[in-house]
Amino acid sequence: MVSERFVMATLEHKPEVAARPERIRAIPKRHPGRWAVALVIVVLGLMLLHTILSNPRWQWGVVGDYFTSRRILAGLLSTFLLTAIAMAVGIVLGVVLAVMRLSANPLMRSAASAYIWFFRGTPVFVQIIFWFNISALFPKLSLGIPFGPEFVSGSANTFITPFLAAILALGLNEAAYMAEIVRAGIISVDPGQTEAAQALGMSRILTLRRIVLPRAMRVIIPPTGNQAIGMLKTTSLVSVIAYTELLYSAQLIYSANYKTIPLLLVASLWYLLATTVLSIGQYYIERRFGRGNAHLSHRGVMLRVIDYLRQRRRIATDVGGRA
Amino acid sequence: MNQRSMVRAENVYKSYGSIDVLHGVDLNVAPGEVCCMIGASGSGKSTFLRCINHLEKIDAGRLSVDGDLVGYIERGDKLFEQSEREIATKRAEIGMVFQRFNLFEQMTVLGNVMEAPVRVKRQGKSEARERAERLLSRVGLADKANAYPQQLSGGQQQRVAIARALAMEPKLMLFDEPTSALDPELVGEVLQVMRDLATTGMTMVVVTHEMAFAREVGDSLVFLDGGVIVESGDPREVLSDPRHPRTKAFLDKVL
Repeated sequence: MVSERFVMATLEHKPEVAARPERIRAIPKRHPGRWAVALVIVVLGLMLLHTILSNPRWQWGVVGDYFTSRRILAGLLSTFLLTAIAMAVGIVLGVVLAVMRLSANPLMRSAASAYIWFFRGTPVFVQIIFWFNISALFPKLSLGIPFGPEFVSGSANTFITPFLAAILALGLNEAAYMAEIVRAGIISVDPGQTEAAQALGMSRILTLRRIVLPRAMRVIIPPTGNQAIGMLKTTSLVSVIAYTELLYSAQLIYSANYKTIPLLLVASLWYLLATTVLSIGQYYIERRFGRGNAHLSHRGVMLRVIDYLRQRRRIATDVGGRA
Repeated sequence: MNQRSMVRAENVYKSYGSIDVLHGVDLNVAPGEVCCMIGASGSGKSTFLRCINHLEKIDAGRLSVDGDLVGYIERGDKLFEQSEREIATKRAEIGMVFQRFNLFEQMTVLGNVMEAPVRVKRQGKSEARERAERLLSRVGLADKANAYPQQLSGGQQQRVAIARALAMEPKLMLFDEPTSALDPELVGEVLQVMRDLATTGMTMVVVTHEMAFAREVGDSLVFLDGGVIVESGDPREVLSDPRHPRTKAFLDKVL
């Protein structure tokens, strides 16, 4: 390689061309501040490790006992179920709201804006309690023609279970946030894409479904992943209406045996594990929807790790070879 | 004028707010005719082209494609706005090629060409694929069927865009400055595809700055300035011997 390039150079330029100068070898800059910060971090880290290992009140043995207990795992499953359903409701309703907000019809636009204003403007915690107590407002729920005959009706108290109240509260609240995310995604798509689809005779719905939304996904997916991870943790608020998700399952156990800290640790470790798994899933989904931007997206984790190692080795051999 | 026009514009007006873009355009394009439109930017030529498939609404005048008014139905002396679906059906019969290609970037080249026939015309997938592959080899891109648009050069993308439009078997093709966004060395390949298309008898309205193409391939040439057609006629005559001073001034600048 080197000799070939040299020959090329000598052929193209004058014969007395200068040889490639030696690689620059300077004395590296000193970073005294980094050492000070490193010292503080190491001391704090050691203190943390010390309390975790030596303070018996963490009761790591109890954590181990309950980590895979049946009630905790059932609670974990409920947390997953609630997260999945609430996100599904949020995404579907969010897309509808986003399309309404971008509609040419001013009535649709204001209805969607009002919805988003209300559900983003009140705490989700309050919304959860509200839906659970909806029977205080509407003791009887019925299905029928407005101001006309009823087909079915029943007591709100039996209909609104903690599970349904949780889905309603989390899903409807999530929809307001998803609407803004989807709207930003739709706006990000080049209007030329819509024009091209229209020019081919595609209807507005078909254009949205086949051209605009898939294209908007690149913008929609990353914040949606964050929302899903946030939702997984927000479901713990539902413990207030006695739905036995992960946190409430732990609370039920420690309210009987008073081992509060270890059971909170059990719940926290599961939340941490679950959000980590979701983050990894998010990475792969983002990669899939990057399609068409091949140069940005087709190098996976392993390839990137390999790239990094290769680069390091090259630097190492370069430096070693010269030293 | 002969009995039938593919495109017929009578006194067409269009404005954005207080800015008049089209100021009474009259034009007839016969079936099989290649009509080239030239003019400075802002002269209204692209706007007029977009009015033909109702991407823009005209404000006054009459505009019809193959005998049918664009965007309206006439009953007695009243005009009724067409529904979204009726407009889409009309658009499906008119191909359009854009300056910036506007390929669907999340789909492969083949996917781009198959999309509308499958989703709009409800063609079977295997039939649509066969036709798409034939069209791609016609524009010289049979080997790029599985590539994504971003992996192609501008010239290749524009040829895919032409194949995509032709897949709907349009009776009229609109070209909106198809070579203006291309590097100079890629212009030729796109013009060659358009030249081939013209020989098949396709009716084409081409907004362009390629005077050589207009001279060689065009059946008629229209010069727009300030939203009106200032001069029109045989391209060879207009280009070599413009009558109107404004045409002359424009051609002096670009030739």
